[in-house]
Amino acid sequence: MGRKFWKNTEVGVYRVLMFLATSIIAIALLLIIVSILYKGLPSLNWQMLTQVPKGGYYFGKEGGILNAIIGSLYLSFGATILSFIISLPLAVYINIHRAKQKRLVNTVRFLLDLLWGVPSIVYGAFGFTIMIYFGLRASLLAGIITVTLFIIPIMVRSMDEVFKTVPKGLIEAALSLGSTRSETSYKVLSRQCIPGIITAILLAFGRAIGDAAAILFTTGYTDYIPTSLSQPTATLPLSIFFQLGSPIPEVQNRAYASAVVLTVIILIISIISRILSRKYYQERIK
Amino acid sequence: MGNESKIKIDNLNLHIGKNHILKNIHVSIPERQLTVILGPSGCGKTTLLKSLNRLTDLYPEMKIDGSIFLNEEDILHSKTEITLLRKKMGLLSQSPYPLPMSIYDNIAYGLRISGRRKKKYLIKRVEHYLTQVSLWDEVKDRLKDSASSLSIGQQQRLCLARGLAVDPEIILADEPTSALDPLSSKQIEELFVKLKQRYTIVVVTHILRQARRIADYVIFMYMGEVIEHGPAKDFFENPKEELTKEYLKGAFN
Ligand SMILES: Nc1ncnc2c1ncn2[C@@H]1O[C@H](COP(=O)(O)OP(=O)(O)O)[C@@H](O)[C@H]1O
Ligand SMILES: [Mg+2]
Repeated sequence: MGRKFWKNTEVGVYRVLMFLATSIIAIALLLIIVSILYKGLPSLNWQMLTQVPKGGYYFGKEGGILNAIIGSLYLSFGATILSFIISLPLAVYINIHRAKQKRLVNTVRFLLDLLWGVPSIVYGAFGFTIMIYFGLRASLLAGIITVTLFIIPIMVRSMDEVFKTVPKGLIEAALSLGSTRSETSYKVLSRQCIPGIITAILLAFGRAIGDAAAILFTTGYTDYIPTSLSQPTATLPLSIFFQLGSPIPEVQNRAYASAVVLTVIILIISIISRILSRKYYQERIK
Repeated sequence: MGNESKIKIDNLNLHIGKNHILKNIHVSIPERQLTVILGPSGCGKTTLLKSLNRLTDLYPEMKIDGSIFLNEEDILHSKTEITLLRKKMGLLSQSPYPLPMSIYDNIAYGLRISGRRKKKYLIKRVEHYLTQVSLWDEVKDRLKDSASSLSIGQQQRLCLARGLAVDPEIILADEPTSALDPLSSKQIEELFVKLKQRYTIVVVTHILRQARRIADYVIFMYMGEVIEHGPAKDFFENPKEELTKEYLKGAFN
């Protein structure tokens, strides 16, 4: 009886722990969403989504946050695309072209993990230093570069983990057809990995659009929608930050409304990428 | 035709760390015949097969020396153009790995990477190769479906067709029926027998009865060594080595 009893107890304990952990996460998520919606929805209106701040917006007057919405989209799409162009080849390179040099590859992974762990404010400060060095002003471009640096480790390592799961047999199959390593990587393996690659992009995009510290010194802030890369731009996280810092309750509520907007953008992007990856998920080889 | 040898393996040794995996392999593989590499699990059959198209390159822990000649060219020589070499050999693995794309694209892939991109040509060739592996009638209405939607047996035939589409001279197969049901296994065996008119075929197996059914030539391995090799008739009816005799009696199973 003894052993079976302990076995069952063990299973029971883990089940309870798992249930607790899941509940805590679910409840926290729910609380966040409910409180944002509760405070933000009443202030959310069409004007907010379609207008830039008028004079005195931050003191409760007319206007909206269109400048921050557009600015954030420019910034995060720009950084995500730029980062993708660098990250995919890097992930492929360490997994296929340099796969045999285990030590080199593991060093690169370690360095990327370190970079992943660096707080975004440090990237912000670093971006600021570079900006000054090159005589750039706070601008969309400077922001995109900083955020790109910030999300590259996230993207590369997420893609890397996906490439690691490719069955060796598939690599061997592709190579034995006479594919070069690049053909194997980009025509076969990337296809197999598309769902995971999309997830990696999504993860990086979420960090890019939600982070305030990396862009605090580099994008500046304006009430206008930028028309070129060299102009400063507003962003949603900073817009939330400034509105929340106001002593006026109405403006504070607008901050929550802005948070709703940010959340909805991330939600929409997630759903779109889910739909995109579903098609490729079915073609994957198990 | 006849007993011309296609591949000559000369003094091949392969080490993994301190383990001597392939020991002084000296053997030739006859052209346009079906050669079976036979032996119990773990004796080095897969490793020998992978040396033939240098998939061993993927395993940094493998140290290989000796020579393998294909049409007078040393496969193991570092100057050998590896992608050209691999195009001369189709590979069928233990479980099928179709490419993560449609049935059609699986066949067209090999043609495309060889620079054939005309749509009309591709359509014709895809039909041709699928017909060769008796898969055309089963899939002609669903060419755009993903290859992973096929049954395992169909996938294995698709992989064979995909290999043929690269226009190889040799087909390498590593226990190609071990994941398949009996009917699909039979289909694959029959395809090999048909294809050996045009291709040199090397099949790895540990199933004695399969070897008896399909082999023209047998290479028998044990613990990393080639114990005996020769035409199937001689090998099965008149084995010379004690070890072979015991194996044929089923003493190892
Ligand atoms: N990548 C590897 N690392 C370490 N040992 C290996 C590796 N590949 C094969 N071996 C060893 O080499 C021997 C031969 O393996 P293999 O060629 O797969 O045998 P078979 O195909 O005849 O079953 C086995 O003892 C196996 O454990
Ligand atoms: Mg094997």
